[in-house]
Amino acid sequence: MHIKQEAAQRHTLAIMVDNEPGILARIAGLFTARGYNIESLTVSDVTADKAVSRITIVTSASDHVMEQVLAQLDRLIPVHSVTDLTALGPHVERELALVKVKGTGDHRIEALRLADVYRARVVDATTSSFVFEVTGGPDKIDTFITLMREVGLIEVARTGIVAMARGLEPA
Amino acid sequence: MAEKSGADILVDALCDLGVEVVFGYPGGAVLPIYDALFRSKRIKHVLVRHEQAATHAAEGYARSTGKCGVVLVTSGPGATNAVTGITDALMDSIPMLVITGQVPTALIGSDAFQEADTVGITRHCSKHNYLVKDPAKLGGIIHEAFHIATSGRPGPVVVDIPKDVQIATAAYTKPGPIQHKTYRPQIKADRALIERAVDLLAAAERPIFYTGGGIINSGPAASQVLRELARITGAPVTSTLMGLGAFPASSDQWLGMLGMHGTYEANFAMNEADLVICLGARFDDRVTGRLDAFSPNSVKIHVDIDRSSINKTVRVDLPIVADVGHAMEDMVKIWKSRQHPKPDLTDWWQRISGWRAKKSLAFTDLPSDIMPQRAIKALWEATHAKAPIITTEVGQHQMWAAQHFDFEAPNKWLTSGGLGTMGYGLPAAIGAQMGNPKALVIDIAGEASIQMNIQELGTATQYRLPVKIFILNNQYMGMVRQWQELTYSSRYSESYSDSLPDFVKLGEAYGWKGIRIENMGQLEGGIAEMLAYDGPVIVDCMVSQTANCFPMIPSGAAHTDMILQGEEVSGEMDDAAKALV
Repeated sequence: MHIKQEAAQRHTLAIMVDNEPGILARIAGLFTARGYNIESLTVSDVTADKAVSRITIVTSASDHVMEQVLAQLDRLIPVHSVTDLTALGPHVERELALVKVKGTGDHRIEALRLADVYRARVVDATTSSFVFEVTGGPDKIDTFITLMREVGLIEVARTGIVAMARGLEPA
Repeated sequence: MAEKSGADILVDALCDLGVEVVFGYPGGAVLPIYDALFRSKRIKHVLVRHEQAATHAAEGYARSTGKCGVVLVTSGPGATNAVTGITDALMDSIPMLVITGQVPTALIGSDAFQEADTVGITRHCSKHNYLVKDPAKLGGIIHEAFHIATSGRPGPVVVDIPKDVQIATAAYTKPGPIQHKTYRPQIKADRALIERAVDLLAAAERPIFYTGGGIINSGPAASQVLRELARITGAPVTSTLMGLGAFPASSDQWLGMLGMHGTYEANFAMNEADLVICLGARFDDRVTGRLDAFSPNSVKIHVDIDRSSINKTVRVDLPIVADVGHAMEDMVKIWKSRQHPKPDLTDWWQRISGWRAKKSLAFTDLPSDIMPQRAIKALWEATHAKAPIITTEVGQHQMWAAQHFDFEAPNKWLTSGGLGTMGYGLPAAIGAQMGNPKALVIDIAGEASIQMNIQELGTATQYRLPVKIFILNNQYMGMVRQWQELTYSSRYSESYSDSLPDFVKLGEAYGWKGIRIENMGQLEGGIAEMLAYDGPVIVDCMVSQTANCFPMIPSGAAHTDMILQGEEVSGEMDDAAKALV
């Protein structure tokens, strides 16, 4: 016997929640308990009184499972709202990465040249290394990291995706 | 304002919420609360013998009274022992408030004595939970927790209180009605949806009401409205295990339970229906069988207070998010205001009569050995005039009770449906008896399940609760053995009950009356003796060892693939069938 997998599409969700202890565990735990997956997760408080946090989750699921993900999230007591930005329409997704690269000789110049093309900023430099800060969509960051791998990648830190609907209305 | 200790605030808040009974077990981390209870004398505390039993007793109390069950246990093992009952209440949507003690805030995370991460452990088996770190917030949290437990789709809410928060002082005033900032369950349905439901009902040729525990949770009025809705539409009614009693079994329109061990007529009517009206049920796998073959040609209406229940497993055509009692009331009002005549369902009822003629619950009595179904029927004959409250454990006896004990009213049938917790019945009976002192409360049990919380015999004795335990003793974990018979060529791996206690003597050791029934000749007399005794009685009723529970839809099969008798099956199932539960 083989276990079947359902076809899945990528969705970006914006979830507004009470900024209280355990909220992240509640959200993340719901995903594991019900067998949903998390590709990326970011969280930070976003109101002046720090009472509300915005969580951005990238997940993949079939349409049927997606409907359940939204309903299950909405059912959690501290959740204010859940928005499927992918279903809502055009939206902006951004991510920030810090990329540490070995840099001596020709590699050093090549690293700087590529960083310039990708609009990465140098935020730390030694005679033998750089730390670049690069922001953009996840594809751009992926490509930049792939290029840096050839030049001499040491380590990467990524924030995960934050996203927002285009236009006047909030999510 | 004078300040009070957290423990006193807790007791005051519970009293303000109308709590009369708490089921619990003391320990180091709840000593301040136990002292507050001792001093206040306003709340009756029932001392169980194991914390799991406290949770099931609270469930039994809640299900039989419609009130919230309240549990009080200590930190660490007290809380972890309660987890099964908390999960049980979550699965069956039972309102329950669970107060757990916790080590002092300064010690949290230090692996202190009797420390467990209670909020972490119960996060996904409770409707909501809290760790209270400030006594000033305790009163408000208790009121909010109670509101969340009892409103919307009910469920268990856990409040973890560190010992120092129980001792520290703060002011407490009774809050007004709770207006939660994010939690606002939808009670009233969108009127346009109800209009559409009435259109569908009026036009249907083969409608069926598929009802569930939501109707019981909505309150006794909902059961009355269901009767009215059924009367004016003339449609047949079937129910899940959880919904039994919402519609009277004596009605001509009653088809019996549906699903895995449901009747032939209920399952065939679901299969052939052109309109299914699901009222407060959730298309559980025990009900649907194989999803792609479930009621394939029907339009489906689903009324549920929990949006996440809708389209979870079965796609429906008309979802209605609302309290099912209100939704049914609106349907009845609109139906009547339009002066719909009662639809002519003669053809539909004729087909149903054909399925009924199969007599799927029939069984053959043996000359001496008692068939378990006969024992249930005899128990019903002797007690139904008293409108007893029936609890069960889990297994064959539970299904036989559901099939053969006919219920006329809600809140009389208490069984662990979603989680399927063996050991549920005795503590649930104790809780039900606490809430209904004058009622006849009977736990229909199996000899294996009853041993899972057998220590609660002592609790019933202590509080002079005249509960009855009626064990169908076949010396097997019967449902496990039945599945092994059906799927594993009768290799009975560990499914026999060996070294059983003498239940009569065991009962007597706890101060109960013990009765043994060994053959058909003793059945009626034994039951009469049980009923005549003014105190707790344990009846060890020896039944046919090999009887199996039919009809049965094998896991993952279609409703039309029903097995009516054991002779129809043999051998071994393929891997895909074995993987199903």
